[in-house]
Amino acid sequence: MIGWLDAGPVVLILALGVWTVLARDTFAAAVGFIAYGLLLTLAWVRLSGVDVALTEAAIGGGLTGALLIGAATRLRTTEAAARAETPGPFTKVLAALVAALVAAALALCVLALPDPAPTLAPEVAANIAVTEVGNPITAVLLAFRAMDTLLEAIVLLFALIGVWSLAPDRAWGGRPGPRQYADPNGILAYVARVLPPIGIIVGMYIFWVGADHPGGKFQGATIIAAMWLLTIMAGLTDAPPIGRTWLRVGLVAGPLVFIAIGIVGAISAGAFLAYPDGFAKPLIIAIELALMPSLALILALMLAGAPQRMESE
Amino acid sequence: MSTPTLYGLCAAVLIGFGVYGLIVNPQPLRKILAFNVVGSGVFLLFGAIARRGAAAGFGGDPVPQALLITGIVVAFSATALAVALLLRLHDEAGSVTLASDVPPAVPPAVAPDSDAK
Repeated sequence: MIGWLDAGPVVLILALGVWTVLARDTFAAAVGFIAYGLLLTLAWVRLSGVDVALTEAAIGGGLTGALLIGAATRLRTTEAAARAETPGPFTKVLAALVAALVAAALALCVLALPDPAPTLAPEVAANIAVTEVGNPITAVLLAFRAMDTLLEAIVLLFALIGVWSLAPDRAWGGRPGPRQYADPNGILAYVARVLPPIGIIVGMYIFWVGADHPGGKFQGATIIAAMWLLTIMAGLTDAPPIGRTWLRVGLVAGPLVFIAIGIVGAISAGAFLAYPDGFAKPLIIAIELALMPSLALILALMLAGAPQRMESE
Repeated sequence: MSTPTLYGLCAAVLIGFGVYGLIVNPQPLRKILAFNVVGSGVFLLFGAIARRGAAAGFGGDPVPQALLITGIVVAFSATALAVALLLRLHDEAGSVTLASDVPPAVPPAVAPDSDAK
């Protein structure tokens, strides 16, 4: 039996999915994608994944949406030319056929999933006491599957290096994006002064509460990164030149602490990223405290994009 | 029909929409958008499967849910890299066409910043 609580979001999610794919204007499609991401958070809550819902709202909808809107604005002049390349009806029918086949095959798989479903939840429940954290997701992310989280932090760092490496030669070591100017008495500058203190506290809270309740470093770091980006967009501060030593140290500090703790585990507990008995919780908190500032820097700079101008410009 | 099945079917349809957009939309930025729709559909499908694994007092299997958080963050970093590539192509070539037979609006050979200082 499907209640309205499920049918409503599903209909809206599907409608916004169609909008994102078919909307004529790329900017409108990107705006649709943000609303789509926010509606997906409702689906995540209905699927009992509150941690995932927070991540989807912060990163899937928020940061990705902001990134796509920024790109759509810069590429607006290319839209007319690109529209002329739209494939003919034959290709469209074939594409629709392929898409329908993919969707149908997946739908059949969904209906044929085994019952009872395989699950690792009992094993997590049996071992979570050792880690002394209350949130099973945090226990998986930083104890049972800590290797995934380490590699994820390194992937983020490499992606940022990839983005930076796309800078023109003359701008290497310079500041990302154009210098932003906003009316100092306007609403944007006002919001950029009032919101960050609140946002930083919310970000720190979501980070800290993640040990025992939904939340964690990724969601908290995203909120803090958003506050920083807000002050940059309002022209209250400027994006840092990517050549700065403090910035580069800050970017690699989190992953390096993570690796160092992993090596300590290899010596004292017999396996890379293993925690010695009784030290699991302090080490998990140490990793999270070190990772959070690095993640906030990486996420914000990834949104800011490749450097475009030297420090003086 | 149960809630996870409903969202699983929804995810299958979303992946279908995304695949269609990926093929039909000529603009690279729209392809990135469509790819993100496919990605969110895959995540939702995975989430529905995680929900079915609810046991031991948890609302869903925490292992796939934790992997989903990793996946969403990695998808963002891939999108950021793709967008940066696209913007650089736009700065260099003046157009972002993927067509092989259409000449770019500005010849890319004499881009203004190709000489290192």
